[in-house]
Amino acid sequence: MNIMHLVNALPSVAAQGLIWAIMAIGVYITYRILDVADLTVDGTMATGGAVFAVLTVAGAPIPLALLGAFFSGMAAGLVTGLFHTACGIPAILAGILTQLALYSVNLRVMGSANMAVNGMQYDLLISSQEVTSLSIRNPIFLVGVSVLVIIGALYWFFGTELGASLRATGSNANMSRAQGIDTNFTKVLGLMLSNGLVALSSALLAQYQGFADVNMGRGAIVIGLAAVIIGEVLLSRVFHNFALKLCAVAIGSILYYLVYQVVIWLGLNTNDMKLVTALIVAVFLAIPHWKGHYLTRATKKGGGTDA
Amino acid sequence: MLELKRLCKTFNRGTVNEKQALCGLDLTLKDGDFVTVIGGNGAGKSTMLNAVAGTWMVDSGSILIDGVDVTHLPEHKRAKFIGRVFQDPMMGTAPTMQIEENLALAARRGQRRSLRWGITKTERADYRELLRGLGLGLEDRLTSKAGLLSGGQRQALTLLMAALKRPKLLLLDEHTAALDPKTAAKVLALSDQIVEENGLTTLMVTHNMRDAIAHGNRLIMMYDGRVAVDVSGEDKKRLTVPDLLDLFSKVSGSDEADDKMLLS
Repeated sequence: MNIMHLVNALPSVAAQGLIWAIMAIGVYITYRILDVADLTVDGTMATGGAVFAVLTVAGAPIPLALLGAFFSGMAAGLVTGLFHTACGIPAILAGILTQLALYSVNLRVMGSANMAVNGMQYDLLISSQEVTSLSIRNPIFLVGVSVLVIIGALYWFFGTELGASLRATGSNANMSRAQGIDTNFTKVLGLMLSNGLVALSSALLAQYQGFADVNMGRGAIVIGLAAVIIGEVLLSRVFHNFALKLCAVAIGSILYYLVYQVVIWLGLNTNDMKLVTALIVAVFLAIPHWKGHYLTRATKKGGGTDA
Repeated sequence: MLELKRLCKTFNRGTVNEKQALCGLDLTLKDGDFVTVIGGNGAGKSTMLNAVAGTWMVDSGSILIDGVDVTHLPEHKRAKFIGRVFQDPMMGTAPTMQIEENLALAARRGQRRSLRWGITKTERADYRELLRGLGLGLEDRLTSKAGLLSGGQRQALTLLMAALKRPKLLLLDEHTAALDPKTAAKVLALSDQIVEENGLTTLMVTHNMRDAIAHGNRLIMMYDGRVAVDVSGEDKKRLTVPDLLDLFSKVSGSDEADDKMLLS
Protein backbone atom coordinates (compact mmCIF):
# COMPACT_ATOMS: atom_id res chain seq x y z
CA MET A 1 0.00 0.00 0.00
CA ASN A 2 2.09 2.79 -1.32
CA ILE A 3 0.58 6.15 -0.44
CA MET A 4 1.88 7.50 -3.75
CA HIS A 5 -0.57 5.30 -5.63
CA LEU A 6 -3.37 7.10 -3.88
CA VAL A 7 -1.83 10.52 -4.46
CA ASN A 8 -1.35 9.75 -8.13
CA ALA A 9 -4.99 8.82 -8.41
CA LEU A 10 -6.19 12.16 -7.00
CA PRO A 11 -6.49 14.02 -10.33
CA SER A 12 -8.72 11.31 -11.73
CA VAL A 13 -10.72 11.33 -8.49
CA ALA A 14 -11.37 15.05 -9.02
CA ALA A 15 -12.27 14.61 -12.69
CA GLN A 16 -14.65 11.71 -12.16
CA GLY A 17 -16.12 13.35 -9.10
CA LEU A 18 -16.88 16.48 -11.12
CA ILE A 19 -18.39 14.52 -14.01
CA TRP A 20 -20.64 12.64 -11.61
CA ALA A 21 -21.40 15.91 -9.83
CA ILE A 22 -23.51 16.98 -12.82
CA MET A 23 -25.41 13.72 -12.46
CA ALA A 24 -25.75 14.25 -8.70
CA ILE A 25 -27.12 17.76 -9.24
CA GLY A 26 -29.77 16.16 -11.45
CA VAL A 27 -30.61 13.77 -8.63
CA TYR A 28 -30.76 16.74 -6.22
CA ILE A 29 -33.46 18.34 -8.39
CA THR A 30 -35.76 15.34 -8.09
CA TYR A 31 -34.82 14.02 -4.66
CA ARG A 32 -34.54 17.29 -2.76
CA ILE A 33 -36.49 19.88 -4.74
CA LEU A 34 -39.35 17.81 -6.16
CA ASP A 35 -39.28 15.31 -3.29
CA VAL A 36 -39.40 12.35 -5.69
CA ALA A 37 -36.95 9.43 -5.76
CA ASP A 38 -36.44 9.09 -9.51
CA LEU A 39 -34.86 5.76 -10.47
CA THR A 40 -34.91 6.61 -14.19
CA VAL A 41 -31.36 7.90 -13.83
CA ASP A 42 -29.79 4.42 -13.81
CA GLY A 43 -31.00 4.14 -17.40
CA THR A 44 -30.39 7.76 -18.39
CA MET A 45 -26.81 7.56 -17.14
CA ALA A 46 -26.19 5.13 -20.03
CA THR A 47 -28.55 6.72 -22.57
CA GLY A 48 -26.68 10.02 -22.61
CA GLY A 49 -23.37 8.30 -23.34
CA ALA A 50 -24.93 6.01 -25.92
CA VAL A 51 -26.56 8.86 -27.83
CA PHE A 52 -23.39 10.91 -27.62
CA ALA A 53 -21.26 8.04 -28.94
CA VAL A 54 -23.59 7.24 -31.80
CA LEU A 55 -23.88 10.88 -32.85
CA THR A 56 -20.13 11.42 -32.62
CA VAL A 57 -19.27 8.30 -34.61
CA ALA A 58 -21.84 9.38 -37.20
CA GLY A 59 -19.84 12.57 -37.63
CA ALA A 60 -21.86 15.09 -35.64
CA PRO A 61 -19.91 17.98 -34.09
CA ILE A 62 -19.27 17.52 -30.36
CA PRO A 63 -21.58 20.35 -29.16
CA LEU A 64 -24.43 18.87 -31.19
CA ALA A 65 -23.74 15.39 -29.80
CA LEU A 66 -23.78 16.80 -26.26
CA LEU A 67 -27.05 18.58 -26.99
CA GLY A 68 -28.46 15.34 -28.40
CA ALA A 69 -27.49 13.52 -25.21
CA PHE A 70 -29.14 16.23 -23.11
CA PHE A 71 -32.39 15.96 -25.10
CA SER A 72 -32.38 12.15 -24.94
CA GLY A 73 -32.25 12.46 -21.15
CA MET A 74 -35.09 14.96 -21.19
CA ALA A 75 -37.13 12.53 -23.28
CA ALA A 76 -36.52 9.79 -20.70
CA GLY A 77 -37.62 12.18 -17.95
CA LEU A 78 -40.71 13.03 -19.97
CA VAL A 79 -41.65 9.34 -20.18
CA THR A 80 -41.24 8.85 -16.43
CA GLY A 81 -43.15 12.06 -15.80
CA LEU A 82 -46.06 10.97 -17.99
CA PHE A 83 -46.11 7.49 -16.41
CA HIS A 84 -46.39 9.24 -13.06
CA THR A 85 -48.81 12.09 -13.83
CA ALA A 86 -50.92 10.99 -16.78
CA CYS A 87 -51.02 7.29 -15.87
CA GLY A 88 -51.10 7.67 -12.08
CA ILE A 89 -48.20 5.27 -11.49
CA PRO A 90 -46.30 5.96 -8.23
CA ALA A 91 -43.18 7.98 -9.01
CA ILE A 92 -40.72 5.37 -7.81
CA LEU A 93 -42.34 2.65 -9.94
CA ALA A 94 -42.62 4.96 -12.96
CA GLY A 95 -38.86 5.49 -12.72
CA ILE A 96 -38.16 1.78 -12.46
CA LEU A 97 -40.29 1.11 -15.56
CA THR A 98 -38.48 3.72 -17.64
CA GLN A 99 -35.13 2.53 -16.37
CA LEU A 100 -35.91 -1.02 -17.45
CA ALA A 101 -37.20 0.11 -20.82
CA LEU A 102 -34.08 2.24 -21.34
CA TYR A 103 -31.87 -0.83 -21.12
CA SER A 104 -33.39 -2.11 -24.36
CA VAL A 105 -33.42 1.38 -25.85
CA ASN A 106 -29.73 1.87 -25.06
CA LEU A 107 -28.85 -1.45 -26.73
CA ARG A 108 -30.89 -0.44 -29.76
CA VAL A 109 -29.22 2.97 -29.92
CA MET A 110 -25.70 1.57 -29.83
CA GLY A 111 -26.46 -1.71 -31.60
CA SER A 112 -24.23 -3.49 -29.09
CA ALA A 113 -23.44 -3.52 -25.38
CA ASN A 114 -20.77 -0.86 -25.72
CA MET A 115 -19.32 1.57 -28.18
CA ALA A 116 -15.90 3.22 -28.33
CA VAL A 117 -15.46 6.96 -28.80
CA ASN A 118 -11.75 7.31 -29.21
CA GLY A 119 -10.08 10.62 -28.39
CA MET A 120 -7.52 10.01 -31.17
CA GLN A 121 -10.22 9.76 -33.77
CA TYR A 122 -12.64 12.43 -32.62
CA ASP A 123 -12.11 15.90 -31.26
CA LEU A 124 -13.60 15.12 -27.84
CA LEU A 125 -14.11 17.74 -25.19
CA ILE A 126 -12.41 15.79 -22.44
CA SER A 127 -10.26 12.71 -22.10
CA SER A 128 -8.70 10.87 -19.16
CA GLN A 129 -5.34 11.18 -20.99
CA GLU A 130 -5.18 14.87 -20.14
CA VAL A 131 -6.10 14.59 -16.49
CA THR A 132 -2.58 15.42 -15.27
CA SER A 133 -1.72 17.94 -17.96
CA LEU A 134 -1.42 21.60 -17.10
CA SER A 135 -3.46 22.82 -20.04
CA ILE A 136 -6.88 24.23 -20.75
CA ARG A 137 -7.78 20.77 -22.06
CA ASN A 138 -7.52 19.28 -18.58
CA PRO A 139 -10.88 17.64 -17.79
CA ILE A 140 -10.76 18.87 -14.18
CA PHE A 141 -10.72 22.43 -15.44
CA LEU A 142 -13.25 21.93 -18.25
CA VAL A 143 -15.75 19.93 -16.23
CA GLY A 144 -15.21 22.17 -13.21
CA VAL A 145 -16.18 25.20 -15.28
CA SER A 146 -19.18 23.29 -16.69
CA VAL A 147 -20.34 22.44 -13.18
CA LEU A 148 -20.13 26.09 -12.16
CA VAL A 149 -22.02 27.21 -15.26
CA ILE A 150 -24.73 24.62 -14.60
CA ILE A 151 -25.01 25.70 -10.95
CA GLY A 152 -25.31 29.32 -12.07
CA ALA A 153 -28.00 28.46 -14.61
CA LEU A 154 -29.98 26.45 -12.06
CA TYR A 155 -29.63 29.20 -9.47
CA TRP A 156 -31.19 31.57 -11.97
CA PHE A 157 -33.90 29.12 -13.05
CA PHE A 158 -35.07 28.23 -9.56
CA GLY A 159 -35.30 31.92 -8.76
CA THR A 160 -37.75 32.57 -11.59
CA GLU A 161 -41.53 32.31 -11.32
CA LEU A 162 -41.46 28.98 -13.12
CA GLY A 163 -38.59 27.64 -11.01
CA ALA A 164 -40.30 28.78 -7.83
CA SER A 165 -43.40 26.85 -8.86
CA LEU A 166 -41.23 23.71 -9.09
CA ARG A 167 -39.88 24.30 -5.60
CA ALA A 168 -43.40 24.93 -4.30
CA THR A 169 -44.59 21.65 -5.84
CA GLY A 170 -41.94 19.69 -3.96
CA SER A 171 -42.58 21.61 -0.76
CA ASN A 172 -46.39 21.35 -0.69
CA ALA A 173 -48.27 20.07 -3.72
CA ASN A 174 -51.70 20.81 -2.22
CA MET A 175 -50.85 24.42 -1.57
CA SER A 176 -49.30 24.69 -5.03
CA ARG A 177 -52.51 23.64 -6.74
CA ALA A 178 -54.48 26.02 -4.52
CA GLN A 179 -52.17 28.77 -5.80
CA GLY A 180 -52.87 27.81 -9.39
CA ILE A 181 -49.76 25.75 -10.11
CA ASP A 182 -50.24 22.79 -12.44
CA THR A 183 -48.30 20.31 -10.32
CA ASN A 184 -48.39 17.64 -13.02
CA PHE A 185 -46.63 20.00 -15.39
CA THR A 186 -44.02 21.07 -12.84
CA LYS A 187 -43.27 17.46 -11.90
CA VAL A 188 -42.76 16.48 -15.53
CA LEU A 189 -40.61 19.55 -16.14
CA GLY A 190 -38.46 18.78 -13.09
CA LEU A 191 -37.99 15.17 -14.16
CA MET A 192 -37.01 16.29 -17.66
CA LEU A 193 -34.50 18.83 -16.41
CA SER A 194 -33.01 16.33 -13.97
CA ASN A 195 -32.63 13.54 -16.52
CA GLY A 196 -31.27 15.97 -19.10
CA LEU A 197 -28.43 16.81 -16.71
CA VAL A 198 -27.86 13.14 -15.93
CA ALA A 199 -27.58 12.36 -19.64
CA LEU A 200 -25.15 15.25 -20.09
CA SER A 201 -23.03 13.82 -17.29
CA SER A 202 -23.21 10.44 -19.01
CA ALA A 203 -22.00 11.94 -22.29
CA LEU A 204 -19.03 13.51 -20.49
CA LEU A 205 -18.25 10.22 -18.76
CA ALA A 206 -18.30 8.38 -22.09
CA GLN A 207 -15.72 10.83 -23.43
CA TYR A 208 -13.61 10.61 -20.32
CA GLN A 209 -13.40 6.82 -20.32
CA GLY A 210 -13.39 6.55 -24.13
CA PHE A 211 -16.52 4.44 -24.49
CA ALA A 212 -20.21 4.23 -23.73
CA ASP A 213 -21.49 1.08 -22.07
CA VAL A 214 -24.99 -0.20 -21.50
CA ASN A 215 -24.09 -0.88 -17.87
CA MET A 216 -22.40 2.41 -17.09
CA GLY A 217 -25.47 3.70 -15.24
CA ARG A 218 -26.01 0.74 -12.97
CA GLY A 219 -26.36 2.05 -9.40
CA ALA A 220 -26.11 5.65 -10.57
CA ILE A 221 -29.03 6.74 -8.39
CA VAL A 222 -27.20 5.50 -5.30
CA ILE A 223 -24.02 7.35 -6.25
CA GLY A 224 -26.11 10.47 -6.86
CA LEU A 225 -27.78 10.10 -3.48
CA ALA A 226 -24.39 9.49 -1.88
CA ALA A 227 -23.11 12.78 -3.30
CA VAL A 228 -26.24 14.69 -2.22
CA ILE A 229 -26.21 13.26 1.28
CA ILE A 230 -22.46 13.46 1.91
CA GLY A 231 -22.59 17.10 0.80
CA GLU A 232 -25.52 17.81 3.12
CA VAL A 233 -24.21 16.01 6.17
CA LEU A 234 -20.85 17.76 5.94
CA LEU A 235 -21.82 21.21 4.69
CA SER A 236 -25.49 21.96 5.43
CA ARG A 237 -24.53 23.98 8.52
CA VAL A 238 -22.30 26.27 6.50
CA PHE A 239 -24.06 26.41 3.12
CA HIS A 240 -27.56 27.92 3.19
CA ASN A 241 -27.71 29.68 -0.16
CA PHE A 242 -29.18 27.55 -2.97
CA ALA A 243 -26.11 27.87 -5.22
CA LEU A 244 -23.88 26.84 -2.33
CA LYS A 245 -26.10 23.84 -1.64
CA LEU A 246 -25.53 22.73 -5.23
CA CYS A 247 -21.80 23.28 -4.70
CA ALA A 248 -22.08 21.02 -1.66
CA VAL A 249 -23.51 18.31 -3.93
CA ALA A 250 -20.52 18.68 -6.26
CA ILE A 251 -18.13 18.50 -3.32
CA GLY A 252 -20.04 15.47 -2.04
CA SER A 253 -19.55 13.80 -5.39
CA ILE A 254 -15.79 14.40 -5.33
CA LEU A 255 -15.59 13.13 -1.75
CA TYR A 256 -17.50 10.02 -2.77
CA TYR A 257 -14.87 9.30 -5.42
CA LEU A 258 -12.15 9.96 -2.87
CA VAL A 259 -13.65 7.37 -0.53
CA TYR A 260 -14.03 5.05 -3.52
CA GLN A 261 -10.36 5.45 -4.38
CA VAL A 262 -9.25 4.95 -0.77
CA VAL A 263 -11.24 1.75 -0.51
CA ILE A 264 -9.65 0.43 -3.70
CA TRP A 265 -6.26 1.51 -2.45
CA LEU A 266 -6.95 -0.47 0.73
CA GLY A 267 -7.19 -3.57 -1.43
CA LEU A 268 -10.85 -4.10 -2.32
CA ASN A 269 -11.56 -4.50 -6.01
CA THR A 270 -14.03 -2.58 -8.18
CA ASN A 271 -16.55 -5.42 -8.02
CA ASP A 272 -16.96 -4.78 -4.30
CA MET A 273 -17.72 -1.12 -4.86
CA LYS A 274 -21.51 -1.44 -5.28
CA LEU A 275 -21.64 -3.03 -1.83
CA VAL A 276 -19.40 -0.34 -0.38
CA THR A 277 -21.43 2.42 -2.05
CA ALA A 278 -24.71 1.06 -0.73
CA LEU A 279 -23.24 0.88 2.78
CA ILE A 280 -21.87 4.43 2.57
CA VAL A 281 -25.29 5.77 1.54
CA ALA A 282 -27.06 3.71 4.19
CA VAL A 283 -24.78 5.07 6.91
CA PHE A 284 -25.10 8.69 5.79
CA LEU A 285 -28.90 8.32 5.54
CA ALA A 286 -29.01 6.76 8.99
CA ILE A 287 -26.95 9.45 10.72
CA PRO A 288 -29.67 12.17 10.64
CA HIS A 289 -32.25 9.61 11.75
CA TRP A 290 -30.16 8.40 14.68
CA LYS A 291 -29.30 11.98 15.60
CA GLY A 292 -32.98 12.97 15.65
CA HIS A 293 -33.92 9.88 17.63
CA TYR A 294 -31.18 10.40 20.17
CA LEU A 295 -31.88 14.12 20.55
CA THR A 296 -35.66 13.70 21.08
CA ARG A 297 -34.98 11.06 23.73
CA ALA A 298 -32.56 13.40 25.42
CA THR A 299 -35.02 16.31 25.58
CA LYS A 300 -37.75 14.05 26.93
CA LYS A 301 -35.47 12.93 29.72
CA GLY A 302 -34.62 16.54 30.42
CA GLY A 303 -38.34 17.25 30.82
CA GLY A 304 -38.52 20.03 28.24
CA THR A 305 -41.37 22.42 29.05
CA ASP A 306 -42.01 24.08 25.72
CA ALA A 307 -43.34 21.11 23.77
CA MET B 1 -71.47 34.79 -7.64
CA LEU B 2 -71.43 31.09 -6.84
CA GLU B 3 -74.06 28.69 -8.09
CA LEU B 4 -74.11 25.02 -7.13
CA LYS B 5 -76.76 23.03 -8.98
CA ARG B 6 -77.78 19.51 -7.97
CA LEU B 7 -74.25 18.50 -6.98
CA CYS B 8 -73.72 14.82 -6.26
CA LYS B 9 -70.60 13.01 -5.14
CA THR B 10 -70.22 9.45 -3.94
CA PHE B 11 -66.93 8.19 -2.55
CA ASN B 12 -65.71 4.60 -2.86
CA ARG B 13 -68.59 3.64 -5.12
CA GLY B 14 -69.21 -0.08 -5.24
CA THR B 15 -67.30 -0.89 -2.05
CA VAL B 16 -68.44 -1.47 1.53
CA ASN B 17 -67.15 2.03 2.29
CA GLU B 18 -69.46 3.63 -0.25
CA LYS B 19 -70.52 7.03 1.04
CA GLN B 20 -72.82 9.46 -0.65
CA ALA B 21 -71.24 12.70 0.52
CA LEU B 22 -73.22 15.18 -1.59
CA CYS B 23 -76.69 14.48 -2.81
CA GLY B 24 -78.50 17.03 -4.94
CA LEU B 25 -76.87 20.02 -3.30
CA ASP B 26 -78.24 23.38 -4.44
CA LEU B 27 -76.78 26.65 -3.22
CA THR B 28 -76.52 30.16 -4.65
CA LEU B 29 -74.34 32.88 -3.18
CA LYS B 30 -74.83 36.54 -3.98
CA ASP B 31 -71.92 38.85 -4.57
CA GLY B 32 -70.45 39.79 -1.20
CA ASP B 33 -72.26 37.07 0.78
CA PHE B 34 -70.39 35.78 3.82
CA VAL B 35 -71.97 32.40 4.50
CA THR B 36 -71.12 30.29 7.54
CA VAL B 37 -71.66 26.55 7.14
CA ILE B 38 -72.43 24.18 10.01
CA GLY B 39 -73.56 20.58 10.23
CA GLY B 40 -72.67 17.29 11.89
CA ASN B 41 -69.80 15.06 10.94
CA GLY B 42 -70.27 13.65 7.46
CA ALA B 43 -72.94 16.21 6.55
CA GLY B 44 -70.88 17.22 3.50
CA LYS B 45 -69.49 20.61 4.59
CA SER B 46 -65.88 20.02 3.64
CA THR B 47 -66.96 17.91 0.68
CA MET B 48 -68.88 20.91 -0.65
CA LEU B 49 -65.83 23.16 -0.31
CA ASN B 50 -63.58 20.59 -1.97
CA ALA B 51 -66.09 20.19 -4.79
CA VAL B 52 -66.02 23.93 -5.40
CA ALA B 53 -62.22 24.05 -5.18
CA GLY B 54 -61.89 21.14 -7.59
CA THR B 55 -59.93 18.76 -5.35
CA TRP B 56 -61.78 16.07 -7.31
CA MET B 57 -64.53 16.16 -9.93
CA VAL B 58 -68.20 15.84 -8.92
CA ASP B 59 -70.29 12.93 -10.24
CA SER B 60 -73.07 15.19 -11.50
CA GLY B 61 -74.40 18.71 -11.24
CA SER B 62 -72.70 21.96 -12.11
CA ILE B 63 -70.61 24.66 -10.45
CA LEU B 64 -70.65 28.24 -11.71
CA ILE B 65 -68.42 30.98 -10.37
CA ASP B 66 -69.45 34.45 -11.52
CA GLY B 67 -71.27 32.90 -14.46
CA VAL B 68 -68.31 30.77 -15.56
CA ASP B 69 -68.92 27.04 -15.59
CA VAL B 70 -65.95 25.53 -13.74
CA THR B 71 -67.45 22.06 -13.23
CA HIS B 72 -64.82 20.39 -15.38
CA LEU B 73 -61.89 22.71 -14.74
CA PRO B 74 -58.95 21.17 -12.86
CA GLU B 75 -58.07 22.47 -9.41
CA HIS B 76 -55.15 24.65 -10.50
CA LYS B 77 -57.25 26.44 -13.12
CA ARG B 78 -60.04 27.20 -10.68
CA ALA B 79 -57.47 28.71 -8.35
CA LYS B 80 -57.75 31.88 -10.44
CA PHE B 81 -61.18 32.48 -8.89
CA ILE B 82 -60.70 30.99 -5.46
CA GLY B 83 -58.71 31.70 -2.31
CA ARG B 84 -58.50 28.89 0.24
CA VAL B 85 -57.53 28.37 3.85
CA PHE B 86 -57.45 24.81 5.14
CA GLN B 87 -58.14 23.19 8.48
CA ASP B 88 -54.58 21.91 8.75
CA PRO B 89 -52.23 24.89 9.16
CA MET B 90 -49.51 22.84 7.42
CA MET B 91 -51.53 22.68 4.23
CA GLY B 92 -51.72 26.31 3.21
CA THR B 93 -48.06 27.26 2.93
CA ALA B 94 -44.85 25.83 1.47
CA PRO B 95 -42.79 25.09 4.62
CA THR B 96 -39.37 25.03 2.96
CA MET B 97 -39.90 28.38 1.25
CA GLN B 98 -39.53 31.85 2.69
CA ILE B 99 -42.52 33.88 3.88
CA GLU B 100 -42.02 36.37 1.06
CA GLU B 101 -41.68 33.55 -1.49
CA ASN B 102 -44.98 32.09 -0.32
CA LEU B 103 -46.65 35.46 -0.82
CA ALA B 104 -45.00 35.85 -4.22
CA LEU B 105 -46.39 32.45 -5.27
CA ALA B 106 -49.87 33.58 -4.23
CA ALA B 107 -49.44 36.90 -6.03
CA ARG B 108 -49.05 34.98 -9.30
CA ARG B 109 -52.15 32.86 -8.88
CA GLY B 110 -54.05 32.71 -12.15
CA GLN B 111 -51.11 34.02 -14.18
CA ARG B 112 -48.71 32.20 -16.44
CA ARG B 113 -45.48 31.56 -14.55
CA SER B 114 -42.70 32.82 -16.78
CA LEU B 115 -38.94 33.08 -16.57
CA ARG B 116 -39.14 36.48 -14.95
CA TRP B 117 -37.65 36.74 -11.49
CA GLY B 118 -39.90 35.06 -8.90
CA ILE B 119 -40.12 38.10 -6.60
CA THR B 120 -39.42 41.78 -7.17
CA LYS B 121 -38.15 44.56 -4.93
CA THR B 122 -41.43 46.47 -4.96
CA GLU B 123 -43.27 43.29 -4.01
CA ARG B 124 -41.02 42.87 -0.99
CA ALA B 125 -41.91 46.33 0.27
CA ASP B 126 -45.62 45.63 -0.29
CA TYR B 127 -45.45 42.33 1.57
CA ARG B 128 -43.69 43.97 4.48
CA GLU B 129 -46.58 46.41 4.83
CA LEU B 130 -49.20 43.67 4.48
CA LEU B 131 -47.50 41.57 7.16
CA ARG B 132 -47.19 44.59 9.43
CA GLY B 133 -50.98 44.83 9.24
CA LEU B 134 -51.27 41.39 10.85
CA GLY B 135 -49.55 42.65 14.00
CA LEU B 136 -47.67 39.37 14.44
CA GLY B 137 -44.16 40.71 13.93
CA LEU B 138 -43.84 38.82 10.65
CA GLU B 139 -42.78 41.99 8.80
CA ASP B 140 -39.26 41.50 10.14
CA ARG B 141 -39.14 37.84 9.16
CA LEU B 142 -39.75 38.05 5.40
CA THR B 143 -36.94 35.62 4.63
CA SER B 144 -37.78 33.10 7.37
CA LYS B 145 -39.03 29.73 6.22
CA ALA B 146 -42.81 29.40 6.54
CA GLY B 147 -42.20 26.05 8.26
CA LEU B 148 -40.84 27.91 11.30
CA LEU B 149 -44.14 29.72 11.97
CA SER B 150 -46.69 28.68 14.59
CA GLY B 151 -50.09 27.33 13.54
CA GLY B 152 -51.80 30.66 14.08
CA GLN B 153 -49.13 32.58 12.20
CA ARG B 154 -49.39 30.17 9.30
CA GLN B 155 -53.16 30.51 9.11
CA ALA B 156 -52.78 34.30 9.16
CA LEU B 157 -50.23 34.09 6.36
CA THR B 158 -52.46 31.69 4.40
CA LEU B 159 -55.36 34.12 4.78
CA LEU B 160 -53.20 36.91 3.45
CA MET B 161 -52.15 34.72 0.52
CA ALA B 162 -55.74 33.68 -0.17
CA ALA B 163 -56.91 37.29 -0.33
CA LEU B 164 -53.89 38.70 -2.13
CA LYS B 165 -55.40 38.41 -5.61
CA ARG B 166 -58.91 39.41 -4.48
CA PRO B 167 -60.50 36.10 -5.41
CA LYS B 168 -64.12 35.95 -6.46
CA LEU B 169 -64.63 33.39 -3.74
CA LEU B 170 -62.92 32.70 -0.40
CA LEU B 171 -63.19 29.19 1.05
CA LEU B 172 -62.43 28.81 4.76
CA ASP B 173 -62.52 25.14 5.75
CA GLU B 174 -62.61 25.03 9.58
CA HIS B 175 -59.50 27.14 9.43
CA THR B 176 -59.44 27.80 13.18
CA ALA B 177 -60.27 24.27 14.35
CA ALA B 178 -56.64 23.30 14.92
CA LEU B 179 -55.79 26.45 16.90
CA ASP B 180 -56.02 27.22 20.62
CA PRO B 181 -59.07 29.36 21.54
CA LYS B 182 -57.16 32.62 21.87
CA THR B 183 -55.36 32.21 18.54
CA ALA B 184 -58.56 31.00 16.90
CA ALA B 185 -60.33 34.19 17.95
CA LYS B 186 -57.50 36.30 16.54
CA VAL B 187 -57.51 34.46 13.22
CA LEU B 188 -61.31 34.76 13.01
CA ALA B 189 -61.14 38.49 13.64
CA LEU B 190 -58.50 38.75 10.95
CA SER B 191 -60.72 36.76 8.57
CA ASP B 192 -63.57 39.19 9.19
CA GLN B 193 -61.26 42.11 8.55
CA ILE B 194 -59.86 40.67 5.32
CA VAL B 195 -63.30 39.69 4.01
CA GLU B 196 -64.64 43.17 4.75
CA GLU B 197 -61.68 45.12 3.37
CA ASN B 198 -61.75 43.18 0.09
CA GLY B 199 -65.49 42.66 -0.13
CA LEU B 200 -64.97 38.92 -0.66
CA THR B 201 -67.74 36.41 -1.21
CA THR B 202 -66.99 33.81 1.44
CA LEU B 203 -67.93 30.30 2.50
CA MET B 204 -66.75 29.47 6.02
CA VAL B 205 -67.19 25.99 7.46
CA THR B 206 -67.08 25.81 11.24
CA HIS B 207 -67.90 23.40 14.03
CA ASN B 208 -68.48 26.24 16.43
CA MET B 209 -72.12 27.42 16.46
CA ARG B 210 -71.33 30.65 18.25
CA ASP B 211 -68.82 31.53 15.54
CA ALA B 212 -71.32 30.56 12.87
CA ILE B 213 -73.85 32.96 14.36
CA ALA B 214 -71.42 35.77 15.09
CA HIS B 215 -69.86 35.92 11.63
CA GLY B 216 -71.24 36.49 8.18
CA ASN B 217 -74.63 37.58 6.87
CA ARG B 218 -76.05 34.14 6.19
CA LEU B 219 -75.91 30.72 7.84
CA ILE B 220 -76.58 27.34 6.31
CA MET B 221 -76.87 24.01 8.06
CA MET B 222 -76.05 20.91 6.04
CA TYR B 223 -77.47 17.49 6.60
CA ASP B 224 -76.98 14.36 4.54
CA GLY B 225 -75.24 16.11 1.66
CA ARG B 226 -77.81 18.88 1.25
CA VAL B 227 -78.57 22.33 2.58
CA ALA B 228 -81.17 21.70 5.29
CA VAL B 229 -81.44 25.14 6.89
CA ASP B 230 -80.74 28.50 5.32
CA VAL B 231 -81.02 31.63 7.47
CA SER B 232 -80.03 35.14 6.49
CA GLY B 233 -80.57 38.83 7.21
CA GLU B 234 -82.45 39.81 10.36
CA ASP B 235 -83.43 36.20 11.10
CA LYS B 236 -79.77 35.26 11.32
CA LYS B 237 -78.95 38.17 13.62
CA ARG B 238 -81.59 36.94 16.07
CA LEU B 239 -80.35 33.32 16.04
CA THR B 240 -79.12 31.77 19.28
CA VAL B 241 -77.31 28.52 19.94
CA PRO B 242 -80.46 26.86 21.41
CA ASP B 243 -82.33 27.87 18.23
CA LEU B 244 -79.69 26.13 16.15
CA LEU B 245 -79.83 22.99 18.29
CA ASP B 246 -83.61 22.95 17.86
CA LEU B 247 -83.25 23.32 14.14
CA PHE B 248 -80.71 20.54 14.06
CA SER B 249 -83.02 18.17 15.96
CA LYS B 250 -85.83 18.91 13.53
CA VAL B 251 -83.62 18.40 10.51
CA SER B 252 -82.04 15.19 11.72
CA GLY B 253 -85.27 13.87 13.26
CA SER B 254 -83.53 13.12 16.53
CA ASP B 255 -83.31 14.84 19.91
CA GLU B 256 -79.63 14.34 20.16
CA ALA B 257 -77.64 16.96 18.39
CA ASP B 258 -74.36 15.74 17.05
CA ASP B 259 -71.81 15.36 19.85
CA LYS B 260 -69.31 17.56 18.20
CA MET B 261 -71.87 20.34 17.72
CA LEU B 262 -72.85 20.20 21.38
CA LEU B 263 -69.30 20.33 22.54
CA SER B 264 -68.44 23.46 20.66
